[in-house]
Amino acid sequence: MKLNHLTVKDAITKLKKKEFSHAELYKDLHDAIAEKNSLYNIYLSLDAEAVSKADALLDTPLAGIPIAVKDNFLTTVLPTTASSFVLKGFRPPFDSTATKKLQKAGSVVIGKTNMDAWAHGSSTETSDFGPTKNPRNPEYLPGGSSGGSAAAIAANLTIGAIGSETAGSIRQPASWCGVVGLKPTYGRVSRYGVIAMASSTDSPGPIGKTVEDCAIMLTHMAGHDRYDGTTLPRPVPDYTKALTKGVKGMKMGICYMDHPNIKGTDLDTAILKAAKVFEEMGARVDMIPMSRDGKKGTILAPDYAIGVYTVVQRSEVSSNLARYDGVRYGADRSVFAHEAKNRIMLGTFTLSKGYADKYYVRAQQVRSLYRKNFEDLFSTYDVLLSSPTPGYALPSGASNGDPLFGELQDMLVEPSSLVGNTGISVPCWRNPETNLFLGLNIMGDQWQEEKILQAAAAYEQATDWNEWAK
Amino acid sequence: MNTYEPVIGLEIHVELKTKSGMFCGCPADHFAKEPNTATCPVCLGLPGALPVPNKKAVEWTIMLGLALGSEISEVSKFDRKHYFYPDLPKGYQISQYDQPLCRGGMIATSFGDVRIHRVHLEEDTGKLQHATVDGKKVTLVDFNRSGVPLVEIVTEADIKSSEQAKEFLKKLHQIVRFLGISDADMEKGSMRLEPNISLRKAGEKGLPNYKVEVKNINSFRFAAMAIEYEIKRHALLLDNGTTPTQETRGWDEAKNATVSQRTKEEAADYRYFPEPDIPPMRFTGAYIENIRTHMPQLPDAYKAEVKAKYGLNDNQANVLSEDFGKMKLFSGTVSLPAVQEATISGPAVANWIINKVPDASSVSPAHVAEQIIQSKQVTHVDDSVLIAAIDAVLSENPKAVADYKAGKEQSKMFLYGTVLKRLAGKGDKQKVMDLLTGKL
Repeated sequence: MKLNHLTVKDAITKLKKKEFSHAELYKDLHDAIAEKNSLYNIYLSLDAEAVSKADALLDTPLAGIPIAVKDNFLTTVLPTTASSFVLKGFRPPFDSTATKKLQKAGSVVIGKTNMDAWAHGSSTETSDFGPTKNPRNPEYLPGGSSGGSAAAIAANLTIGAIGSETAGSIRQPASWCGVVGLKPTYGRVSRYGVIAMASSTDSPGPIGKTVEDCAIMLTHMAGHDRYDGTTLPRPVPDYTKALTKGVKGMKMGICYMDHPNIKGTDLDTAILKAAKVFEEMGARVDMIPMSRDGKKGTILAPDYAIGVYTVVQRSEVSSNLARYDGVRYGADRSVFAHEAKNRIMLGTFTLSKGYADKYYVRAQQVRSLYRKNFEDLFSTYDVLLSSPTPGYALPSGASNGDPLFGELQDMLVEPSSLVGNTGISVPCWRNPETNLFLGLNIMGDQWQEEKILQAAAAYEQATDWNEWAK
Repeated sequence: MNTYEPVIGLEIHVELKTKSGMFCGCPADHFAKEPNTATCPVCLGLPGALPVPNKKAVEWTIMLGLALGSEISEVSKFDRKHYFYPDLPKGYQISQYDQPLCRGGMIATSFGDVRIHRVHLEEDTGKLQHATVDGKKVTLVDFNRSGVPLVEIVTEADIKSSEQAKEFLKKLHQIVRFLGISDADMEKGSMRLEPNISLRKAGEKGLPNYKVEVKNINSFRFAAMAIEYEIKRHALLLDNGTTPTQETRGWDEAKNATVSQRTKEEAADYRYFPEPDIPPMRFTGAYIENIRTHMPQLPDAYKAEVKAKYGLNDNQANVLSEDFGKMKLFSGTVSLPAVQEATISGPAVANWIINKVPDASSVSPAHVAEQIIQSKQVTHVDDSVLIAAIDAVLSENPKAVADYKAGKEQSKMFLYGTVLKRLAGKGDKQKVMDLLTGKL
C-alpha cells in the first residue's frame, strides 16, 4: 500500500514506530500529487519544504503528518486567496488560529486547497482558479465550498484536511466525495485568520478519511481563542475518547426524509437503512415528522431556512467583502467574479433602509424559530439523523447559471447551521454504477461533538461504506 | 425681518486614553507617531482578523454615562456602519446603532438644562494626509488612529445660543477630564465637536425642516463662532424666503466662516446590522454599581469640596476646576505638611497657583510650596532695615525729594521703586510705602 493512503491515526502510529520515515511518507504523497493534481485541480499551492519541517515533529502528538488546508485559512507559509483573483498572491502576515494550533500539535501544512471563491458555493466551480473534480468520478462535482479539501482526502492526496462550513461547506463535499467531514459548534473552533464568509455561522472543521481522524484533528483545532470573541472558554476534551462508547440507549430522530424532494429516493433508503443499523446496536430511533410550524415533536421544514440563510449570509457577505475596496490588495472591485458580485448586491439590498426590516430582521426572527425547534428536539434526542445533501453529486457544470444552487444543495443543513449546531457526515451509501456516495449527517446540539462522534464511529465500524475504516 | 430662535444640538467625539485599541492590542496613543507604525491585522482590517472589544473602554463609557446621569443599558451590542472611505479599512466602522451603552442624561448650564440623547462607543478611523510624492499629488493613509476607542456623545437639540453651547462643551470637557478617561485635548483631536444648527421662528415648537451640521471643530471658540456664523447665515436666507440647504459644512479658520462640504438630500444609508463578530454585552446591576463606586469625583462635587474644606471663593474654585493641571497642583500643594506648618491658607495657595503658575505641568507641589513660603518669609524683614534703606535712598536722591515736595507726585514712585530695588524684593511692599510716605 502506498503511504499516502494512510489515515491520520495510522500514519502517526506507524511514524512513531518508525515503520517508515517522513521522507517515505512525503515521497508517496508528492508522487500521487504529481500524478493526480492536474486531473482534479485540488491544490492551489504546495509547500515544497513540507517534508523538511516534518522530521523534527516526530515526538509531537501529530508526529509531522501532512494536512491540506482550505485556501481561506491564512497561512504565512503559502499564499492565501480564498480562490479569488482579488487576493491573488496575497501572503498573509499571520497564521489562522486553527492552522497554528494544528501546526503546534505537530502537523505540516502541505498545500492550500481549491474552494468556491470566498466560499460562495457548493460546487467548487466558482473558484477563479478553475473547478475541482470529484475524484470518485471526475465527471461530477466534488461539492463545496471545501471541495478541494474533501477531494484531497478522497484522492489520497493528503493524510488529513481542514475546511470551513457556514451551511454544508464541509459536510456536503464530504458526502459527495465519500469522506468524513465534521462541522463543529459555532464558536468551538476559532475563526481568527479564516477569511470571513458569513461571520455568524462560519465554523472551521476537519475533513478526514475516518471518524477517528476527524476526532484527532478536532482535538487539536478546537478551543477558546482570545482573538475570537465568539469562541467560548470551554475545555477541549480528547475527542477520540468518545469513539468507543457505542450507541446503546441513545435516542435518535430521523429528519427530513418525508420531504417531497427526498421521499422514495436512494437517500431515503440509505438513511432508513442507517437507522436500522443504529437500532440493531441498541439505539432507539424515531421518525420525526416534518411540519410547517415546528410544533413540539416535529422538525420545522428546512425550506424556510433557504430564505433565512440566503438573507443572513448575503447580508454578512456584502459587509465582509467591503474591505476589498481597491485601495489595498492590488485589485479593484471589478475583479470580483459574478457570484461574489451577485451576493454583494443582494446583501446590500437586504440591509438597505426600508428593506432591512422586511428581509434581515425577519430572517433573524425565523432563525430564532429554528433555534427553538432544535432546543425542543434536543431535549428529547441525543442526535438527529439526516443527510447533508438531497442526493448524489451533480454533474460538472450543474451550478452554472443557478444563483441558488448552493442553497438548494445545502437545504438540509441550513436550519442547524443557522443555530450553530454541530454535525458530522459519514459515507452511508455508494452507487456502484457511478461510484458516487451519499452521506449520513449525524447532527448534535451545541457542544455535543462527542455524541455525534460516538454515533458516527459506531456506525462506521458496523458498516462497510468507508474503505479506510476497514 | 423675523426673529428666530436657534435650535442647536451637539455631537461630540472623545478619544479614550485606554492603553490599547478598541478591538485590538495596538496602543491607543497615536499622537505624533510615525505613520502606520501602531497597527496590526485587526485595526488594518486584514482578511481573517476579528475584533475583540476592550473592556476598559466599555467600562469608561458607562462611567461617563453615569456621570451624565444617563440610563445604562442592561443589554448593548455593537453594529457595523457601512460606508466607503479610504481611511476606513474594513468598509465599515464598528459602532453602536439601536442599543447604545447609555441613553439620556443632562448637563445643567446657566442658560438651562441640556439633555443628553445618547452616549455610545465606536472605533476611530485612520487619517488621510494629502501630500506630494515624486512630484505627484497623492493622498496617503495613516492607520495609526484606526481602531482607537471613540465615545460619541449626542445631545438633544436643547441649546439656544453659542454661549450655551460653549458652556455645555466646557462642562463636558471638564467631566471627561475629571473622570480621567481622555486627555480631551482639542489640539490633538482627541475631542472633536460637531454642532447641528437650524433656526425656527420665535414661538414655534418642534424641529425645523432642515439641519446644518458643522464637522470636526477643534476648539470651543471655533464652535461658538461657527454657530454664530450659521445663525446669521440662516436668518438671512430665511428672511429671503429660502430654507437653508440640509448639508455638512466645515469651519474655515482662515476665512472665519463655515464652508459647504457635502449636501445630503436624505440621511445616508449606513446599512447598520449587528456586528456578528462580537457577542451582545450584558451588564449586571452589580457591575454598573461597581463602576459608580469607583468613579472619580466630578467637577461640581470638587468645587463644593474646595469651598467647604479650604475656604476658596466661587471664582477660585471655578478657575481651578477648569484646569486639570492646576487643580492637581492645588490639591498636592495644599496638603503638604510644610504648607500646613507655615499656616498658609487655601485661598493663598489657590491665588498663587492661579496667578503665578502659567504652566501647571512644569512645576511640582513642593516647588510651589517652597515659593509661597519664601514669599511669606520676606514679609518679615525688620522695620529698622526698611527705615535704613529709605533713609539711604532719600539722602542719595535730594532732587527727587525736592521735586516731590514741589508737588511732583511721580517722584514718590521713583523713590519707592529705588527703595524696593535696594531691598532686592524683600520686605512688605505696603509697609515700605507707608514708611516712605511718613518720612516725606
